[in-house]
Amino acid sequence: MAASEEASRPFAGLSDVSISEDIPVEGDISVPVGPSRRDDEFSTLDEPVKDTIMRDLRAVGNKFIHVLYPKRSSALLRDWDLWGPLLLCVTLALLLQGGAADHEDQGGPQFAEVFVIVWFGSIIITLNSKLLGGTISFFQSLCVLGYCIMPLTVAMVVCRIVLLVSSGVIIFAVRLVVVMASFGWSTFASTAFLADSQPPNRKALVVYPVFLFYFVIAWMVLTYSP
Amino acid sequence: MASPNNLQFQEFEEAAELLSADPGASTLSMSGSNTPSTTASAGEDVKLDLSEDEEGQQESSELLGGQKPSGGFWTFEYYQSFFNVDTMQVLDRVKGSVMPQPGRNFIKYYLRSNPDLYGPFWICVTLVFSVAISGNLSTFLVERGNPAFHYRPQFHRVTIAAVVIFMYAWLVPIGLWGFLTWRQGAERQIGGYSFLETVCVYGYSLFIYIPTSVLWIIPYDWLRWTLILIAMVISGSVLVLTFWPVVRDDTKVTAVATVVTIVVLHTLLAVGCKLYFFQTAASTPTALPTSSTLHNHTTLAVKTN
Repeated sequence: MAASEEASRPFAGLSDVSISEDIPVEGDISVPVGPSRRDDEFSTLDEPVKDTIMRDLRAVGNKFIHVLYPKRSSALLRDWDLWGPLLLCVTLALLLQGGAADHEDQGGPQFAEVFVIVWFGSIIITLNSKLLGGTISFFQSLCVLGYCIMPLTVAMVVCRIVLLVSSGVIIFAVRLVVVMASFGWSTFASTAFLADSQPPNRKALVVYPVFLFYFVIAWMVLTYSP
Repeated sequence: MASPNNLQFQEFEEAAELLSADPGASTLSMSGSNTPSTTASAGEDVKLDLSEDEEGQQESSELLGGQKPSGGFWTFEYYQSFFNVDTMQVLDRVKGSVMPQPGRNFIKYYLRSNPDLYGPFWICVTLVFSVAISGNLSTFLVERGNPAFHYRPQFHRVTIAAVVIFMYAWLVPIGLWGFLTWRQGAERQIGGYSFLETVCVYGYSLFIYIPTSVLWIIPYDWLRWTLILIAMVISGSVLVLTFWPVVRDDTKVTAVATVVTIVVLHTLLAVGCKLYFFQTAASTPTALPTSSTLHNHTTLAVKTN
């Protein structure tokens, strides 16, 4: 009873209010636009440039660490970015230059060929997994495939350093072991992330193109000759 | 089973009866995939009517020669229908292409109106890389004893292999399918193969060349020619067994000519790959410029010593 009385009280006075026509009604209806908007915490326009760059760098570095220790976590998948794959692809393509490619067309892959193989290969593998009924999104898959090239890029660096010493049979055996280990690592890391998004009776159909992709890149790394 | 006219007539009558009995009752509109209506008596009849419709649709799509791809060619689902295979199915088809048996038509027995594009595409890609890589390895093995030889990755061969193999795997089926469809149109025959099935059988028939190209690394010419012969017999018989039942009703000349053309094109691909990518010690024209310049350097070095 009292509650209903109280509830009706704020409205009780309104019936008595009347605005006479000779009093001008004026006011300001504009909503102040300022830092009190609801997406205040996502506004990054005012932060120093260093913060912006460091945030992206930290995200990229975080993903590199995830490739090094491939746990079945979804951090790589959730926040995809293509900076890492671009960086790795350019590094790999640059390191594959300066070999026999300079002299005639008998040599190793040109810069454009490496780019085409990495990016078109990733796109085709992503399309393949989506056509087979996978649930992963297009850019997430590109992100995973690109980041998992990292072991092979590391192997390329090792190979070039080792080749500075000599190019005998023992050095070749060392290179072979390093490249094979990194190829296995790449394939294992990417299937750890990609295979979960496939129906179980088609997993092998999705894993095989990934295997072929990293095999071709490993072949390019291994056959680099100064 | 009652005739369709009867069923439809009954459905309307019952609905009209129900409506007249209770004009204020809410009515459910029946669509094709709906569950039976709330009135129990009409449930069975309505179900039969609907299922007959669906059966009719399915039958007509089978007559059209295979699974009807859903959607237009601009939708994703259209292309998804070409990848509707499981691992075991793909492995089965690969096995069927490697071991052809005289009674089994590859298309009728293995594809069973579910042609896929997964097999042909990835077999072609694998073949491109296996031919290029094995060719490179075989050149290396042949020239190992040659001190003037400097190893080259020869990456441009991948591009050439890709162009040749993909053109073969797509243009020849287009030509063959077009020719067969035209002959069928002229001769009023039935039972031809769809374009997708032709591409599919050609793609799977190329699988035998993958292990063959890997074995071609061994640098003995007689072994390579033997391997070519075996691969061509197996692969060619898959194609002949598939296409002979379609052409044999035609005139004798056309039938034999078609089959011979198929086999000859297949042979040309195999022999061409072998001759270009896998060169023996006697014929290495691409390595000549490098070896001659290096030879000059070494002779100069010898002379100064």
